Amino acid sequence: MTFEHEVATKVAVPDGLPMAPRPFVIRRTRRETYDTFTLELESTIKTKPFSFAPGQFNMVYVFGVGEVPISISGDPDNMDKLLHTARAVGTVTKRMSALGKGDVLGIRGPFGAAWPLAEAKGKDVVIVAGGIGLPPLRPSIYSIMRNRGEYGRVCLLYGARTPSDILFPREMETWRKKHGIDVFITVDRSMKGWKGNVGVVTTLIPKATIDPLNTLAMIVGPEVMMRFSALELLKRGIDPATIYVSMERNMKCGIGLCGHCQFGPHFICKDGPVFPYNRIKELLMKREI
Amino acid sequence: MFQVAVTAMVYRIETAAVQSLIEVLHQQNYSVLGPTLRDGSIVYDELHDASDLPMGWTEEQRPGYYRIRKRNDEALFGFTLGPHSWKKFLFPSISKLFSASRNAKGFNVLKDKAEPKGGTKPLAFFGVRPCELHAIEIQDKVFASGDYKDPQYNNVRAQVFIVAVNCSHPAETCFCSSMGTGPGVEGQYDLALTEIIDEKQHFFLIEAGSPKGEQVLENIQHHPAEGNEVSKGEDVVRTAASNMKRTLDTRGIKELLYENAEHPEWEKVGARCLSCANCTLVCPTCFCNTVEDSTDLGGTEATRTRKWDSCFTLDFSYIHGGNIRTSTKARYRQWMTHKLASWIDQFGTSGCVGCGRCITWCPVGIDITDETRVIRDNNGSA
Amino acid sequence: METLEPIITSHPFFKDLDKKYITLVTGCASNVRFDGGKFIFREGEEAHQFYLIRQGKVAIEIFTPDRGHIVIETLDEGNILGWSWLIPPYQWHFDARALEATRAIALDGKCLRKKCEEDHDFGYEFLKRFAHIMEQRLAASRIQLLDLYDVRT
Repeated sequence: MTFEHEVATKVAVPDGLPMAPRPFVIRRTRRETYDTFTLELESTIKTKPFSFAPGQFNMVYVFGVGEVPISISGDPDNMDKLLHTARAVGTVTKRMSALGKGDVLGIRGPFGAAWPLAEAKGKDVVIVAGGIGLPPLRPSIYSIMRNRGEYGRVCLLYGARTPSDILFPREMETWRKKHGIDVFITVDRSMKGWKGNVGVVTTLIPKATIDPLNTLAMIVGPEVMMRFSALELLKRGIDPATIYVSMERNMKCGIGLCGHCQFGPHFICKDGPVFPYNRIKELLMKREI
Repeated sequence: MFQVAVTAMVYRIETAAVQSLIEVLHQQNYSVLGPTLRDGSIVYDELHDASDLPMGWTEEQRPGYYRIRKRNDEALFGFTLGPHSWKKFLFPSISKLFSASRNAKGFNVLKDKAEPKGGTKPLAFFGVRPCELHAIEIQDKVFASGDYKDPQYNNVRAQVFIVAVNCSHPAETCFCSSMGTGPGVEGQYDLALTEIIDEKQHFFLIEAGSPKGEQVLENIQHHPAEGNEVSKGEDVVRTAASNMKRTLDTRGIKELLYENAEHPEWEKVGARCLSCANCTLVCPTCFCNTVEDSTDLGGTEATRTRKWDSCFTLDFSYIHGGNIRTSTKARYRQWMTHKLASWIDQFGTSGCVGCGRCITWCPVGIDITDETRVIRDNNGSA
Repeated sequence: METLEPIITSHPFFKDLDKKYITLVTGCASNVRFDGGKFIFREGEEAHQFYLIRQGKVAIEIFTPDRGHIVIETLDEGNILGWSWLIPPYQWHFDARALEATRAIALDGKCLRKKCEEDHDFGYEFLKRFAHIMEQRLAASRIQLLDLYDVRT
């Protein structure tokens, strides 16, 4: 059985200018780790709540500095606040990390294809996240928690670089304790005092408490991590048609007009970022595509 | 847009009427753009009158070679194509997407300044070759047919008046017959011209392809063409087709290129390619672009500018910390595979119209038709 | 004494292993447990056993003078611990320490080595299964080496 990919939600373009951002005010900022932060944003146009589907991203603009694609990390059912979690690595994200309450950012979006949460209903779900790959998956987790009864066993496998890179640790504890989500965490590099798992995220896959014959998988992380994770999932007998990954490429427009994010015939921005593994597995093996 | 007239009447106009045509377009408030001679090549620019046309000039084109030379007649369209294509008017190489200014609440996008400049005066493209008509239609698919439309492109495009010209002199680098885009005009045009010139006569055949075209035609002196005149026009296109020597075999081209992503030829062509991006600049369908955000010195006004970009640059494939296509081989493969194969998946059409500009303007004379042939001849040799 | 055979038979490592070999392996097996913090083995010691971890968590570590214990990977329920008993000079390369109370089945490497030499069919079967584990650990270590989540500048 194959699953139809969920198509991108069409977005009304404000004022016919698809490249012009809408101002959003920062209501709260939160330092997640030493280099990762979350911004809680609110539209300055109160009448237009922000609605999105888990897996979608926005183009986030810092006035005069530049614009970058960042996945949405908040709750899709809470339209009053828009959450973005990012790592301060580039010119734009570094500037973003220095912003505070009351500052204004520009937002274009939401763009791109969503996670197949409807198709996952009635199935076990295994979510594999590597590094900064967890925030793009959090909206899915929120959505699953809200409709917990509609899914089978849900298992989050999360690999971080070091214990101090682990995102949302307290929240994950809540997911585990209150929402029946099996959370397995591992780090690539241990630190003093760390009592948890050490090893790459793929070593967690054999532990996932799922029925491989009735499971849908969502993977986000660096491409190598996603390739190996898919391989491990296949070893467990999961149908490749039920594995989904989220891809990353350079994006300048987010709307399929700039050509930068091409991945073979696909535009990551509008055909992805979420792709069925089957659709892109050959491309994942091609070099410099 | 408009419908193509099914059986358009063919009329004859005299050479002098070309001037009238330009005048009528001016009277209808069009900015008339067309071929003109500048800096040793035939480029597209403002036509003030018919004398701006490159009368009596032609070019010689070969891989990596372009020279203009005098003809021994006074043909107005006795050349093929220069380095410019019409995309520079519909999709300018640099354009402002919006500007925004800081205010107490953050910033607001300044709507007045975001309006495209081209929106003020409609454009008339004078002397659009069949391949270029197809190229415009291909860019329409990119910028005007998807979920997101480019407002600047559409604003200009919606008002364009097209005077197409049947091809009489394919260059040595042309292969439009292979791509199904020429040498005869077809598609959406307002007027189509055919230049008839020999020792005895010099006149034009003209057909209207739209009500707008008919209206312009009404304002210039014309009369129905006689049967032998019409057949002279058909001969022009037929001769052009038979003079075209270069071919590109498009059978199963998408699968061919997808399946040969590791073909050794990519390595070879990558070794020759200079990554100069000339091919993408002269290509009438290449649409890749980048945006730049900047502010004024005071930091109060910000601008977003869109510029042509090219998949031949290293930066094109940049993602945090690295670049995807580091080798020239990968960049050439991306360009050619996109043009001839993935374009079909993306837009339902080839991205190549066979105009041959990428061959002519390549400093080392890389030939997309040769590259395709080598891959086809050694299909699956990877 | 209750036999360990059912536990060994049901472990993925011994999946589909010939019945007579299972009996043979069971003959070399014993139940062990380690308190949290206790070393199971240490670098340089003679390697004469390997373990099927039944419960708990074990760290493969190395000790460095300047940084102390560095955990390279952790193993837990269902994992196999140790292969140095199989390869000369039969010496542990790393430390293994129980991070919490850990129960395991210890298998006598000396005994199994001898049996592998005597019966090459058994030896081949055994080595193949260990090769699989080594391959997986090596692949995982290689990915770990890539430091994929680091910020590249």
